[in-house]
Amino acid sequence: MFARPKAFSASIDSVRRMVDLRTDVAGVLLRNPTMLASGFLDETGGSMARVYQAGAGAVVTKSIGPEPREGYPNPTIVELDAGLLNAVGLPNPGIVEYEHEVKKALGAGAVVIGSVFGKDAAEYANVAAKMADYGVAAVELNLSCPHAKGLGTEIAQNEDAVLEFTKAVKDAVDVPVFPKLSPNVQDIATFAVAAEKGGADGIVAINTLKAMAISPELKMPFLANRFGGLSGPAIRPIGVRAVYDIYEKVEIPIVGVGGIGSGRDALEYVMAGACAVQVGTAIISKGLGIFGEITKEIASLLEDIGMKSVREAVGVAHG
Amino acid sequence: MARIEVVPLLEIVRETRDTVTYRFRADIGGLPGQFLMVWIPRYDELPMALSYLGPVKGITVRDYGDATHVFAEFRPGDRIGVRGPYGNAFRLAGERVLVVAGGSGMASVIAAIEAFAQQGAHVTTAIGARTAEDLLFVDRANASGEAHVATDDGSRGFHGFAPALAETLMDRKKFDQVLTCGPERMMKAVVDAAAKRNLPVQASIERYMKCGIGICDACAFDGQLVCLDGSIFTGEQLAGIEDFGHFRRDKSGRRIPV
Repeated sequence: MFARPKAFSASIDSVRRMVDLRTDVAGVLLRNPTMLASGFLDETGGSMARVYQAGAGAVVTKSIGPEPREGYPNPTIVELDAGLLNAVGLPNPGIVEYEHEVKKALGAGAVVIGSVFGKDAAEYANVAAKMADYGVAAVELNLSCPHAKGLGTEIAQNEDAVLEFTKAVKDAVDVPVFPKLSPNVQDIATFAVAAEKGGADGIVAINTLKAMAISPELKMPFLANRFGGLSGPAIRPIGVRAVYDIYEKVEIPIVGVGGIGSGRDALEYVMAGACAVQVGTAIISKGLGIFGEITKEIASLLEDIGMKSVREAVGVAHG
Repeated sequence: MARIEVVPLLEIVRETRDTVTYRFRADIGGLPGQFLMVWIPRYDELPMALSYLGPVKGITVRDYGDATHVFAEFRPGDRIGVRGPYGNAFRLAGERVLVVAGGSGMASVIAAIEAFAQQGAHVTTAIGARTAEDLLFVDRANASGEAHVATDDGSRGFHGFAPALAETLMDRKKFDQVLTCGPERMMKAVVDAAAKRNLPVQASIERYMKCGIGICDACAFDGQLVCLDGSIFTGEQLAGIEDFGHFRRDKSGRRIPV
């Protein structure tokens, strides 16, 4: 009953070819619309290469900061019926050491998007500039980790900071810049507008929702950090609504993330306005074969409803 | 999803001066070589091998750091969190099996030793420890075959390291399967010795883990994950893994010497 699929061998060759699955996000060309979400199997180059080879259209790195960081003590994750609760605390080897990992993934042919964080705009810009130097296709700004104190991820809970951080990074790099936004705000679309004003080339939405789980027997929260971020199926309708709202307010492309575990889930995001999607938590139950499965199901569903490409389906739910 | 279960400790047995077995009831299955993520409330959550299978499970833990030090003070009735079992299991193929374990590594192989014996295999175990007082599960190994002992200080049995004892056994007797668990350099020596003699070998690898379920990448082992692809790797797999015997990752993900 606890057997985990070892599906690291998925082939996407069997995907139907009648539907054009290619997409692009602000000029970043993808063979299919699935990306590995930041925080999953992306601390090492070997794992990112493996995820790409398993079928992801791109991989987003773990969020990398200026210095090595151990993250929080365990427990850092709790599996719930609703999804996955985590407070890992942004562990990462630091941008200098991380060069080897990015180069290893790029060397294996992966399309890599570098996720970065810092304590202020200057740190975001510095880390992003190094990340861009390593050869990533774009940078994602983690402006939304719900459980790291005193970092930009927490500071960016207001629109001005999102604008400022985005602008600072835009001035420092030549690759596209994608701020990843938090759903733990009153109106996420206003943050997307701020990011667009700051020069963002695309928006990633949503990050995890602030959440907690408690052990009745032990009378305490499971997570060492007490609270964390919830991902998985429970947050999908929240993410779809967020993408729908953002699509109404900005012109730049959107990458949808939150609870995607099937092609049907992915198409909800696409039709809400996302031109690509990210997948994380579903890897736990479905293994790395999930990227191929989602891609195949998107093709089959689009074909069933008479659509010829993913691009054609973006935003159609707005009527 | 596999939810964490909070269970009371039923029995606590001191095995050596720094190693303790904790027994608890948990309806979660478990095969020889698999591990649990064990939550020591307020301190840490760590991967620990199942040293007893069956309805009353057991883990056997050496006191080596802050969390395990606190754990050593736990009493029956105190509660821990367990989730799992995780990882693959030892493949129980072979009629004449050599098991080579160092220190608390015995905790990971003892269930396999007993399972091999139950299916009629002849099991020879080479148990290494620093001193006679640190030897773990010698009686259990003897009850399932024959146990040979090596101590670093010569206070009992063979004076030297377990791999050297294992090599003398490999040259004296015929084996068709080798299992090993212990300090990584020790396992490297055992895997190399088995490879030299064309013996199939399985090693149980230990790495720092956060999730245990194949997402956090903390236990990355040259593109493999110790929690999901392992923790047991064959000699053929290990031959292609540069990290084996040389590098591990620290909590931040930096690659450092083992």
